[in-house]
Amino acid sequence: MNRPSLWEALRGVVRRDLLLAMRRRSDVAMSVFFLVIVASLFPLGVGPEPAVLRTIGAGVLWVAALLACLLSLGRVFTADYLDGVLEQMVLIAQPLPVLVVGKVFAHWIVSGLPVVLLSPLLGLQFGLDGEALGVLVLSLLLGTPTLSMIGAIGAALVLGVRGSGLLVALLVLPLYVPVLIFGAGAVTSSMAGMGGEANLSLLGACLVLSLFFSPWATAAALRIALE
Amino acid sequence: MNWSKYSAPLAFYPLAGKMIPWFSVVAALAIAVGLYIGLLVAPTDATQHDSYRIIFVHVPAAWMSMFLYVVMAIWAGIGMGLNARLSFMMAQAIAPTGAMFTFIALVTGCMWGKPTWGTYWVWDARLTSELILLFQYAGVMLLRTSIDDLRRADRASGVLALVGVVNIPIIYFSVQWWNTLHQGASVSMTAAPKMAAIMLTAMLLMTFGFWMYSIAVILARVRCVILERESQPAWSNPSAAPEVAEAR
Repeated sequence: MNRPSLWEALRGVVRRDLLLAMRRRSDVAMSVFFLVIVASLFPLGVGPEPAVLRTIGAGVLWVAALLACLLSLGRVFTADYLDGVLEQMVLIAQPLPVLVVGKVFAHWIVSGLPVVLLSPLLGLQFGLDGEALGVLVLSLLLGTPTLSMIGAIGAALVLGVRGSGLLVALLVLPLYVPVLIFGAGAVTSSMAGMGGEANLSLLGACLVLSLFFSPWATAAALRIALE
Repeated sequence: MNWSKYSAPLAFYPLAGKMIPWFSVVAALAIAVGLYIGLLVAPTDATQHDSYRIIFVHVPAAWMSMFLYVVMAIWAGIGMGLNARLSFMMAQAIAPTGAMFTFIALVTGCMWGKPTWGTYWVWDARLTSELILLFQYAGVMLLRTSIDDLRRADRASGVLALVGVVNIPIIYFSVQWWNTLHQGASVSMTAAPKMAAIMLTAMLLMTFGFWMYSIAVILARVRCVILERESQPAWSNPSAAPEVAEAR
């Protein structure tokens, strides 16, 4: 039997995970609904003052996106860990980091991309407009894959550990802080007329760094979990 | 002399026991002299008056908090690379001391911030990243305690510690990268220090004292960890197994 190439392996993992997600659509819908509800709670709690909402809008949407990503982290590896598929992934003759990239990419398509697509609508709720809205979408487009990459490390570390849902939040949230600061900062500085380019570049740098390092760390964590 | 024999907990336990008194005495001396010079000898600052004297605790504690995190990550990395049990025990023993210094740096920073900045806390880059460092210490310790299998707990928290090292340069350079309220470094390796020599002496003495204190406490804690983990072997309790004690 021919050994599939790296690219085929990557595509296979992505296709399988997307297929599984499509068979359980309610899971996907849940994190999207969560985002919308959390974002809608803030105007109710803070009050409908447009000036206030405009200033907190970017931060609130970023925090909501971050929490939505956090909630869906359990889905990345848990099911495969429980039914033994993960063990086979570690054993097959393809490098584990590449398979990890595939799984994380599928996770981003399912949980991150809907957030990016919904964000203009939610931004309108907070009175963001024009350029700020564009920067918000761009910052989420650069930032949410980083969140998925970093989150995968945490998800792999807590596999099969009791209380893993809460634990993964404690492990991952501190590492999310730079992404949150640069992401929300991009929108705020573009609203202040300074342009969001500096923060967007930093977000891009975070993405590149996490793309490079996170698959190795995640693969190491998976091997530890499966020992 | 073959130093690598001390990588065995069996050999390291008595060595650590012999080193602890020395490091404790040096730590006590350095901290006492440092506090004496810092609180009584050093002159009052022209703009901050006596409130600046908290620097003699604040800066050494902040340095130690970052330094100990890197040391912890290095021990964890050595443990994973060489498969050495003692390295993981060292990493485990360092975490609480590092978290303590992070906490001290934050609290003394708050106490210093009130008289000089007029506020206990600002969301400035350095304060925030130091707070994140505290969360990272907490995460490493929590992850270790929530995994029952020791081998897995060691390795998983080691991976987390190594990943968290990215925060250290962010803390260190935050005052240069972002122009924020926290002042830039007054002391650096390359330029002449921007403070009086007597103040610098006190600060360096305090840092040295904190460093020695950390070593003493970490060695004491690693002895506890060794006993806890290796409670089965007979050598940890010589009276119960005289033949092992004699063989030694």
